[in-house]
Amino acid sequence: MTAAQVVQSEWTKIRSVASTVWTLSLAVVVTVALGMLISALSSNEFDNMSTKDRLSFDPTFISFAGMSLGQLAMIVFGVLVVSNEYSTGMIRTSLAAVPQRGTFLFSKIAVATALALAVGLVTSFVAFFLGQAMLGSHRAEIGDPHVLRAVIGGGVYMTLIAVFSMGVAAMLRSPMLSLGILMPFFFLISNILGNVDATKKIGRYLPDQAGSKIMQVITPIDDDTPYGPWGGLGIMALWVIAVLVGGYVLLKRRDA
Amino acid sequence: MIELEGLTKRYGEKLAVDDLTFTVRPGMVTGFLGPNGAGKSTTMRMMLGLDRPTAGDVRIDGQHYDRLKDPLKYIGALLDAKAMHGGRSARNHLLCLAQSNGIPGRRVAEVLDTVGLTAVARKKAKGFSLGMGQRLGIAGALLGDPRILMFDEPVNGLDPEGIHWIRNLMKSLAAQGRTVFVSSHLMSEMALTADHLVVIGQGRLLADTSMADFIAQNSRSYVRVRTPQRERLLDVLHLAGVTVVESGSGVLEADGGSAEQIGELAAQHQIVLHELSPQQASLEEAFMQLTAGSVEYHAHTDAPYDVPPPAAQQAQQPQPRQWGDDWNRSRR
Amino acid sequence: MIEAVGLTKRYGDKTAVYNLSFQVRPGAVTGFLGPNGSGKSTTMRMILGLDNPTAGQVTIGGYPYPKLPNAPRQVGALLDAKAVHGGRSARNHLLSLAQLSGIPARRVDEVLGVVGLQDVARRRSKGFSLGMGQRLGIAAALLGDPQVLLFDEPVNGLDPEGILWVRNLMKALAAEGRTVFVSSHLMSEMALTADHLIVIGRGQLLADMSIKDFISANSADFARVRTPDSEPQLREKLTSALTEAGGHVLPEQDGALRITGLPLPRISDIAHDADVRLWELSPHQASLEEAYMRMTQGAVDYRSTIDQKEGLMQPLPPGAQPPMPVPGQGQPDWYAPPPPQQGGQPFAMPQGQGPYAGAGQPQPGPYGAPSAPGADGSNPYAQPAPAAPQAPQQPPAPADLTKPEDAR
Repeated sequence: MTAAQVVQSEWTKIRSVASTVWTLSLAVVVTVALGMLISALSSNEFDNMSTKDRLSFDPTFISFAGMSLGQLAMIVFGVLVVSNEYSTGMIRTSLAAVPQRGTFLFSKIAVATALALAVGLVTSFVAFFLGQAMLGSHRAEIGDPHVLRAVIGGGVYMTLIAVFSMGVAAMLRSPMLSLGILMPFFFLISNILGNVDATKKIGRYLPDQAGSKIMQVITPIDDDTPYGPWGGLGIMALWVIAVLVGGYVLLKRRDA
Repeated sequence: MIELEGLTKRYGEKLAVDDLTFTVRPGMVTGFLGPNGAGKSTTMRMMLGLDRPTAGDVRIDGQHYDRLKDPLKYIGALLDAKAMHGGRSARNHLLCLAQSNGIPGRRVAEVLDTVGLTAVARKKAKGFSLGMGQRLGIAGALLGDPRILMFDEPVNGLDPEGIHWIRNLMKSLAAQGRTVFVSSHLMSEMALTADHLVVIGQGRLLADTSMADFIAQNSRSYVRVRTPQRERLLDVLHLAGVTVVESGSGVLEADGGSAEQIGELAAQHQIVLHELSPQQASLEEAFMQLTAGSVEYHAHTDAPYDVPPPAAQQAQQPQPRQWGDDWNRSRR
Repeated sequence: MIEAVGLTKRYGDKTAVYNLSFQVRPGAVTGFLGPNGSGKSTTMRMILGLDNPTAGQVTIGGYPYPKLPNAPRQVGALLDAKAVHGGRSARNHLLSLAQLSGIPARRVDEVLGVVGLQDVARRRSKGFSLGMGQRLGIAAALLGDPQVLLFDEPVNGLDPEGILWVRNLMKALAAEGRTVFVSSHLMSEMALTADHLIVIGRGQLLADMSIKDFISANSADFARVRTPDSEPQLREKLTSALTEAGGHVLPEQDGALRITGLPLPRISDIAHDADVRLWELSPHQASLEEAYMRMTQGAVDYRSTIDQKEGLMQPLPPGAQPPMPVPGQGQPDWYAPPPPQQGGQPFAMPQGQGPYAGAGQPQPGPYGAPSAPGADGSNPYAQPAPAAPQAPQQPPAPADLTKPEDAR
């Protein structure tokens, strides 16, 4: 058996279930639509802003505002890709066909990651261009310094969120448990930890807080974050690697 | 060929499988029997590398399962009809399995045809009945045209036509020289299908013998004789040292003598026989006898575990305790 | 007593059940047989008032189910083992049922004991195996101590001990004068349990008779005879003598002879006259499965075919044995028919075309019908059964997708 065979098989698996289509479409639609809405609102608000806020105004980042909600769909995608195997009992059939568990897990994750990256990049570019269109005179251009990095980074960010979810699902197996932990964590807890002063110093090392730095083009004035956009993405990548290793080790040791 | 050597699986305190050593040989159907909780499923999962043995070893054609290149071409297994994603179509389910083992996609349509699911190939497995799911699982097992096949309760949910089909399928696979290992709770079905039996109880090996030996060892066998010259035959058999019991309506039951021997004796003494039939207990009776001590979830009734002599069995309908009694009395 | 009169059910264009009339009498176990999609489940559901008949009616003790006074105390049913809320404990599940019909809680513990679930009574039924779920379903059916009991595939998922228990339970219930109506796909199990049979195919009544009559109406009895192994000429001699006397003789795999058309004492006399010693002379009856298959062939969905294996281009894995025989190239008998004393015979297909080998398949393929002796066209069960269609078999009906095999 070659990894190529397993990758092909995983591609068949992923394209033949409905949840792939609806989670990924939801991610695109929500991110783009919400980004456009917030861009339009920000454009109207610009004149009422304080000078400080105007200096920190980051049109690129604003067009990605929909990602806070859109990433939840990516989480569902990542969780379902892995935990569906367990919740349906397919895992026994799959592991009987591919007993090399590492090959199995990483082929699955590779296929899902490639798909998520493609969708993430499309989402990110569409969200950027449509968002900028809404911002009118306050818009940024793709050729502006750091903007292309932020737009590509947006797609990578969404992908890493999905991969992080895959790793967590590989550890926890149950889709309900995985979603029950990931959804409130990314939607609420991480935001609270990142915005309350007392916990900010820890909060900013959480995967989504650190990773989203890549989408910033203009650093807020009083920002004291000790890492830059690439550093932030690196921190997020470390998180992803950690959960993948955890998922792999558990899969390897556990009875199916 | 599947070889188990000292296979042991412990879950915490409980020994699910305890030092199992046996070999499943090619060219015949080997039945795998045991009461619920005996460790059958755990053993089968360990054979497929799904569960890790606490101790001991399983080898498929001499190799460990996870060392097999394209395992579906060596061993095909039906473990659980529901071991598939319900949202995927039958065709895609088989296709992803085929691809992972480098089996050409054309083979998918072929096995779907073999199990009779071509018409529903593009339907989601979710809408399948248990019997259809079972057929899809069997298709998955046949996909790689493997030399070893393993079926866990294959007739579950199938209708008589399907049961008949899977029985003949297993026999013909064995006749082609393949190794066929099948677990089932249906003794009457097993009696028709299996050539060899492996019986376990509470994780331990209870028997590893041919079907005929198993029944002979675990139950009473006798010869049923009918003759118009009853007195003469009784005398002849008595002299030959064969024990005879009369079981009413002119039927004699001879223990300790073979049909051949009785036939020869009758011919020698010019006795006319109207019946001379060797009788054996059913596989179910033999199984109950062997496993009486290792059953979980006993029902409350005093079902006969010890095998009644077959003749007596007809007369004595096992009567469960009148379970409605207490309540009926109070209701009146 | 259950009584159906002209019972008909249509789903749109499709007639699931057509003009079905039968009675299920008390004091006997009545088996309900039919291929998948024949309308068994629909009929059961109509008996229980879950579906309304399009025409005709079915009554229990004279009342249609919905009009039955205190129905839970009169009728108990096991339709689907999984029809239980998984989060509830076994005991609470039964308790809620008991309370609905005013049955005292004591009875719940009683039936839990009867089905052997007393030790897991307080565990959530979600963790139950299929067999335990089945026991719980049976407990629910017994709860009201009803006079009429319906079981749909009761032994599903049970282990041998459980199967034996259910069989004895049903017999005991019938012996107490109750009406017991059981559907099952397991012919060998039915043969041991039922006294009476109702067989339907494509929604219509095929048979309503005692199990004995059913078997003898649909297949022939035969005698098995063995002559001394050491003297093959005796076997030849007997064969010709029996054939001369009008018997039909077929050799069996193990050297025995299978004889139809002659009673045992007659065979004995012929052997005696021919000076042939016998090592075996035993009466056999065809199995219920065989009789059933003959009656219902042509009414089957989802037909299996031969595995052509053309899609497998690769050679077998290294070390594998020579390639398997090609289907259609007539093979020798590759397995011995099971010895008759184990309760069954190879099912020889009339006119050599097995319903399982694909219609009109001239030679048995590797997965097709067994090439039992006689599959070459001579029917070992010589007497053509009245209901056995000898004409070329109807092509299979297109699989009916709206009707899953047995899921309902």
